[in-house]
Amino acid sequence: MVALLKVTNLSKEYKQREYFFQHKVSTALYPINFSIDAYKTLAIVGDSGSGKSTIAKMLVGAEKPTTGEVELNGQILEVGNFKQRCQHIRMIFQDSSTTLNPSLTVHQLLDEPLKLNTSLNELERAQLISETLQKVGLLSDHMNFYPHMFSGGQKQRISLARAIILKPQVIILDEALASLDPSLRSQMINLLLDIQEQMGLAFILISHNLGIVKHFSDQIMVLSEGKVVEQGDTIEVLSKPKQKYTKKLIMSQQFQLFSR
Amino acid sequence: MARENIYQEEEFPSPLMQLWYNFKKNPMVMLAFGSYLALAILAIFSPILTPFSSSQSHLEYILLPPAWNDDGNVSFLLGTDKLGRDILSMLMHGASFTFGLSFIIVIISAVIGVLIGSLSALTSGFKSSFLNHFLDVILSIPSLLLAIVIVAILGIGLSNTVLAIIIVLIPQFIHITKNEVKKEFSKDYVLASKLDGASPLRLLRYSIFPNIIERVITQATLAQSAAILDIAALGFLGLGAPSEIPEWGAMLSNGVDLFYIAPWTVYFPGLAILFTVIATNLVGEGLRHALKQRKVY
Repeated sequence: MVALLKVTNLSKEYKQREYFFQHKVSTALYPINFSIDAYKTLAIVGDSGSGKSTIAKMLVGAEKPTTGEVELNGQILEVGNFKQRCQHIRMIFQDSSTTLNPSLTVHQLLDEPLKLNTSLNELERAQLISETLQKVGLLSDHMNFYPHMFSGGQKQRISLARAIILKPQVIILDEALASLDPSLRSQMINLLLDIQEQMGLAFILISHNLGIVKHFSDQIMVLSEGKVVEQGDTIEVLSKPKQKYTKKLIMSQQFQLFSR
Repeated sequence: MARENIYQEEEFPSPLMQLWYNFKKNPMVMLAFGSYLALAILAIFSPILTPFSSSQSHLEYILLPPAWNDDGNVSFLLGTDKLGRDILSMLMHGASFTFGLSFIIVIISAVIGVLIGSLSALTSGFKSSFLNHFLDVILSIPSLLLAIVIVAILGIGLSNTVLAIIIVLIPQFIHITKNEVKKEFSKDYVLASKLDGASPLRLLRYSIFPNIIERVITQATLAQSAAILDIAALGFLGLGAPSEIPEWGAMLSNGVDLFYIAPWTVYFPGLAILFTVIATNLVGEGLRHALKQRKVY
């Protein structure tokens, strides 16, 4: 069986100009390989600067990988072809306050991806938008609201609606839950799990909170300074960490892990 | 059956409407805004509204004092000048030159500046730098001096003054647009819509411009007060409007040699310039204040 999303040898180097004609190459991510199936969640954990967000940006197409390929259902995704990619891979950003354009209504916000990527007419689009809003626990009344009228958690729900409206197969959550308070966070997690169940999505969860990772994910990948330290089943890795780095990471968040 | 419409408020204020609500709160600013609108109406309709033609000489009423003076005549409310022209009519007509032209100047230079600025923000490297800075030399020359240079090349006249002031005002619009567009571009929602496959032009139209338009407008009101002063100053120096045109600066310079005999020929145009500049500045300040007050996203 072909995996839903397969990543081979993906790596990223940044060139920094120092003097004339001299470049300093810094590697953000050494070649990595992984694959995910539908209904599964892969968690990527690690310190800041470990290359977590770089993976997300490359998967979603915002940055060009130095080497490597991303395959979806056995089909290679071209670099720079946003139309092909955004219908299958969507991303939810960390900061909900800047992911929504403040001068557009929710209707216009959700309409944009549909207008650009589907051939639905206006009525069908409005119908789909109101269905999607209900799916994420908002009302179709909210369509005429502007983003500043919502709280942080509601904004994150709108981001989720924007992510699922094109019926994608993979959603990347780049620290999407970090800015929420605990009760909203658990609401959001339950919502995400429900939607995963309904739509058969694969999630890539980028987080530094091991508590969420343990609850949410099936597989885990521990990154440190651009290298994969440990990869495997979440429960196995978290209960019997083999590497020193993973042990340290777990120790540093022991309080959160055991309080659950 | 359950009531579907839960929210009672019927109005959902857009960020622009919110700005208006904040702007409306300050009575002083609203007064200035009212004066601003009145000046705009005057500038457009002055040929219909003036009691006399601004060029008509009343030879029997030369240097008539204002109507409240004992020697005044109520048909010439603010008196007449040395050629017997009605000062009130000239002032009203002058609004379309000093105020109206400044408005047109600002609009033209804002459009050019925003275009170049957004091009500069969309490109990178040398091209961007060139677009951003090629007019910066102008910033180092005082606008009056530049106008004198342009007038020396093209000849004295109102249209050359307008051209000079347009060129002087463009760089500040380029800079503000470039900075604001760059700032917006770094925000996540632009990336999100780019990932949806939006073209750069669509990004500008829907994601960038609606969010920077207020800041450009604020800059425009401040630029307008500078433009008014420049037009009047050039008119006063005899480089701008010729003395037969009732431009306020030119009126001032006409009256200045008769100041001891007929001070009203200087007072009223001077007061008109002062009033207009204060009104324009207050509107700009009010806009800036309202922008600051509005919730920062």
